[in-house]
Amino acid sequence: MSVTKPLPHDAAPLHVTGKARYIDDIPVPADCLHLAFGLSEIAAGRISGIDLSEVRKAPGVVKVWEAKDLPSDCDCSPSLHDEPLLSGATVHYVGQPVFLVAATSHLAARKAVRKAQITYQERDPVFTVDEAMAADTRFEEGPRIWEKGDAIAGLDAAPHVIDGTLEMGGQEHFYLEGQAALVFPQENGDMLVHSSTQHPSEIQHKVAHALHLPMHAVRVETRRMGGGFGGKESQGNALAIACAVAAAATGRPAKMRYDRDDDMVITGKRHDFRIDYSVGFDEQGKLLAVDFVQYARCGWAQDLSIPVADRAMLHADNAYDIPALRVESHRLKTNTQSATAYRGFGGPQGMLGIERVLDHVAHALGRDPLEVRRVNYYADCPADAADAETAVPVQTTHYGQPVEDFILGGLTDALADRCDYAERRARIAVWNEETPLLKRGLALTPVKFGISFTLTHLNQAGALVHVYQDGSVSLNHGGTEMGQGLFQKVAQVAATGFGIPLDLVRITATDTAKVPNTSATAASSGSDLNGMAVKAACDTIRDRMAGHLAGLYQANAAEVLFVDGYVHVGEATLSFAEAAKLCYEGRVSLSSTGFYKTPKVEWDRIKGQGRPFYYFAYGAACTEVVLDTLTGEYRILRADILHDAGASLNPALDIGQIEGGYVQGAGWLTTEELVWDDRGRLRTHAPSTYKIPACSDRPEIFNVALWDGRNVEETIYRSKAVGEPPFMLGISALMALSDAVAACGEAYPALDAPATPERVLMAVRKVQDGA
Amino acid sequence: MDISFLLNGERVELRGVSPTRTALDWLREERGLTGTKEGCNEGDCGACTVMVTDEGGSRAVNACILFLPQLHGKALRTVEGISGPGGEMHPVQEAMVAYHGSQCGFCTPGFIMSMANAHLKGDTAFDDALAGNLCRCTGYAPIIRAAAAAATVPVPEWLAADAALPEVPGGISSADMTAHAPESADALAELAARHPQAVLVAGATDVGLWVTKQLRELPEVIFLNRCRDLQQIELGEEVIRIGAGVTMDRVLELMRAHYPSYAEMLRRYGSGQVRAAATIGGNVANGSPIGDNPPVLIALGATLHLRYRDTRREMPIESFFLEYGKQDRYPGEFVEAISIPRRDDRLRVYKLSKRFDQDISAVCGAFSVRVEDGVVREARIAFGGMAGIPKRALAVEAALEGRPWTDEAVVAAWDAWEADFAPLSDMRASAEYRLAAARNMLTRYLLEDLGASVNVREVRP
Repeated sequence: MSVTKPLPHDAAPLHVTGKARYIDDIPVPADCLHLAFGLSEIAAGRISGIDLSEVRKAPGVVKVWEAKDLPSDCDCSPSLHDEPLLSGATVHYVGQPVFLVAATSHLAARKAVRKAQITYQERDPVFTVDEAMAADTRFEEGPRIWEKGDAIAGLDAAPHVIDGTLEMGGQEHFYLEGQAALVFPQENGDMLVHSSTQHPSEIQHKVAHALHLPMHAVRVETRRMGGGFGGKESQGNALAIACAVAAAATGRPAKMRYDRDDDMVITGKRHDFRIDYSVGFDEQGKLLAVDFVQYARCGWAQDLSIPVADRAMLHADNAYDIPALRVESHRLKTNTQSATAYRGFGGPQGMLGIERVLDHVAHALGRDPLEVRRVNYYADCPADAADAETAVPVQTTHYGQPVEDFILGGLTDALADRCDYAERRARIAVWNEETPLLKRGLALTPVKFGISFTLTHLNQAGALVHVYQDGSVSLNHGGTEMGQGLFQKVAQVAATGFGIPLDLVRITATDTAKVPNTSATAASSGSDLNGMAVKAACDTIRDRMAGHLAGLYQANAAEVLFVDGYVHVGEATLSFAEAAKLCYEGRVSLSSTGFYKTPKVEWDRIKGQGRPFYYFAYGAACTEVVLDTLTGEYRILRADILHDAGASLNPALDIGQIEGGYVQGAGWLTTEELVWDDRGRLRTHAPSTYKIPACSDRPEIFNVALWDGRNVEETIYRSKAVGEPPFMLGISALMALSDAVAACGEAYPALDAPATPERVLMAVRKVQDGA
Repeated sequence: MDISFLLNGERVELRGVSPTRTALDWLREERGLTGTKEGCNEGDCGACTVMVTDEGGSRAVNACILFLPQLHGKALRTVEGISGPGGEMHPVQEAMVAYHGSQCGFCTPGFIMSMANAHLKGDTAFDDALAGNLCRCTGYAPIIRAAAAAATVPVPEWLAADAALPEVPGGISSADMTAHAPESADALAELAARHPQAVLVAGATDVGLWVTKQLRELPEVIFLNRCRDLQQIELGEEVIRIGAGVTMDRVLELMRAHYPSYAEMLRRYGSGQVRAAATIGGNVANGSPIGDNPPVLIALGATLHLRYRDTRREMPIESFFLEYGKQDRYPGEFVEAISIPRRDDRLRVYKLSKRFDQDISAVCGAFSVRVEDGVVREARIAFGGMAGIPKRALAVEAALEGRPWTDEAVVAAWDAWEADFAPLSDMRASAEYRLAAARNMLTRYLLEDLGASVNVREVRP
């Protein structure tokens, strides 16, 4: 079987030789236009005057658009229709596109936009959580509130109660390939769009809408992205629409790629959050009641902020069975970039809230944080669905979903054992006593992450599979490749379906003309959804082949075997190619679509009740750090991870997601700091000032292993989604830093994120001062 | 300008090259060699890494801030040019496939070039060799596994071809006299005097960003990289004289033997790609308040050598930095060399940044305190990131001198810090943190001197 094999990424030989083609590598005709946006220089106000005459005169400029020059109702929003392609008179953030330039080269377009003269009437902007709460600028009519039990009564009755506040920063995606789109106008006004997007159907929809075309007139192709991480779920819309507008107006191909600084200034990032908490608990650290108030800074437009904030609420319990849990969520509108999807989609923020609570409770009681976490875990469930009828414990989340696949008890024990948690904790205590200036910290934290789109109708996928008469197979599906190895996993599913070697399967670019109405490749759902759709298509073709061959050889169709490149039918053995040719000659359709929709999910987001998730993915990480009490500098010394990918479709690719997810998650909470100045200008808009982890920031010892288990739900070969869950393993790095800071004195560190050296030093001083 | 170099082993002659055309844009837009990627266009991500070979050997550099004229007479290799004649993969390419070192693949060609360069040189300090390449997908672990695996495989013979560099005519300059590339310091002195407004370009790791980010037009440019006599290092009895054109990778190697703490700071200065292009003269001459060399050179008591035509003058290096954006340099005058006294090593350099590698300092402190009989006899302390210029901590030095070399000295200097420095808050750090960390660096220096463990990078898991 091809599935379960640790095969390299399908495009790896192309990556390493520079032959893998991204949008900006596609050859274009000499008359191709290159686009750039002119950007707002203020955060809030009206444009009182705009003079683009110097822009129009600049060398190479072909055409310039203001909002009034666009087709009517030219909008980029994936949700509320509140993102005009160009601002018009009102501007909402520094970096908002105000006008569009088409020129004969990328550089000419970039130079031209700087020649604009724009004057503004500024009004008071809203930047912070406090400002937004005071001004009541928000999305939705008021806070969303979900509750299990009576948290306020629980707090009143609890023997111990503590309160706290946690601030956590946002995060720039920093996909290495910036946003890019390229549009070729076709006959009849049709458009062929190449887009670096996680969501080709959305690009198709928005381009069609902008040009007032039916969707069938727009074809979107995406071969690969140079990284996505959620940043290409909706943020590519503007570029594709701009190119389509330019192509429609001029009849020339048009390309747009953001310069890195423009990319960081224009596009949305992870939502930063403030979370206030009150927690009631007993002597053992058992949580009795928790009350969270989550404040999400959503930026100027709604984009995907509502489901992001929902998912933060949905992960407020993480791995913990809390009898009374109340979550109040404010989705605040601010004059900053419109925060958007980013790996975990609010889940990490919600999860960090409860992990802070556990850390704080353990500190208050003077207990080992892992013990306190364990006391609060949901109960483990049977590993096999077969005996699920009787043995599954009755336990539900705060949104009413039964937790029927919990494994973190056993997984945590195995990890703690493997990484010598208890012994190292004791050793570190001694080391810290002996080492006045440096302190080590250790933390083991769990992840329970819900898998499915919370907007239930998105949980569907389609595929298109062709078998050619030479036995080669062409494969297409709605998922997009952004580096995660989705194409390879799905090809493995197809190869397994036909019992053929992987090299007979050609993976083709995602194409809205082949598979329509697809969902974004997001929510970790790529393999789950598209794998199943591809399997359905392969099964259909294989059954047709088996039926025909069984007839030819007077055998039973159910007994025709497809294995190792051969088809065994009765006494005969045919190569797969021979079998395909016989079927072709027998006038058997060797092409099929496949379709899949996730079962069991049903969800009322207003009530906060139902089953938003098909299942949960689990994992745990133990991180050790050392910090310098004089400067706040620190290192991640070691990380040990045990992660649940179910029965992995490809262990090598899954481990790649886990290693990469951990480092990205740790980056979010440590060195990656977004800084806006008091005028709302993003000051960290390039890698010179925004610091994602570099090579030497990975843990010196980095042990990653897969949990040996299978999904109790009937997913593709019983695997589990793996894109987002490992990101939250990085929370252990922040908690380890908190542990190290706590070794400096008596007070609780209350370490906010990102824990830059500056924040660490300030926390150290606070703990040393006993504040 | 008319220039000539080897591209993937084949000679290229270019006529009428714009002096500020970047190698990256030329490769991608004119040669269709799209394997080399643009990730940031400012030399911070490494996606555009290429290999450049000259008499000094091969180096990995960032093509996005490499101007074409800098390649004259050299050999350039891109990711398209490291496979064998029959399409055989280079060992680092094979290893990156086998060890799952690529995910999205966009950073991969840059990694491949840094890895191939390290492989060629037998360099197995992978964290340093790859510090200038950012990857957002893998978490780096599989890339390091691949680099380690490839290190055991010999260098493929086809990469030896660049040993023969093209013979090129010297003295290139453009027809319209807007760009020059003199062959000697004397020629430079004459040109600089005649064209005092010209921008001097050494490694282009700073000026490159004027072009790619600020989109500035540079009306007149003088390239310094062909002035061999500016690239000399002279080890004298009393001083080490370093030519202004010596690249930072060479300064790093030099300082390993003389001032190891300086070398350790330089290991984190920029990245391999940046150090291979950037020069010590450039880092001093541009007067940045956050350049990392000046505070160290001040603490070491270095002398700056300036030249205008045949007139030379020298000054203590701290005197060069007058105020933010202003240095003691006349139009047409240029930095010729820096000399560093050879004394017993009391230097410690502390570079503080959000990220350890390839980050601009929030604070860079350089300390050299001489103690006799337990008493401070002489202190030279200087900082970057604490003022509008690289600045000596004169009040702190005065407070220390004559004090017992104990906590008492730290306490005695406590209030002097605010006399010396009133730092700013910006995206790298707050004023409060800068001052607190600078103060604590003195404590660190004292305790390190007394044998305490103070370096998180020396702690093993």
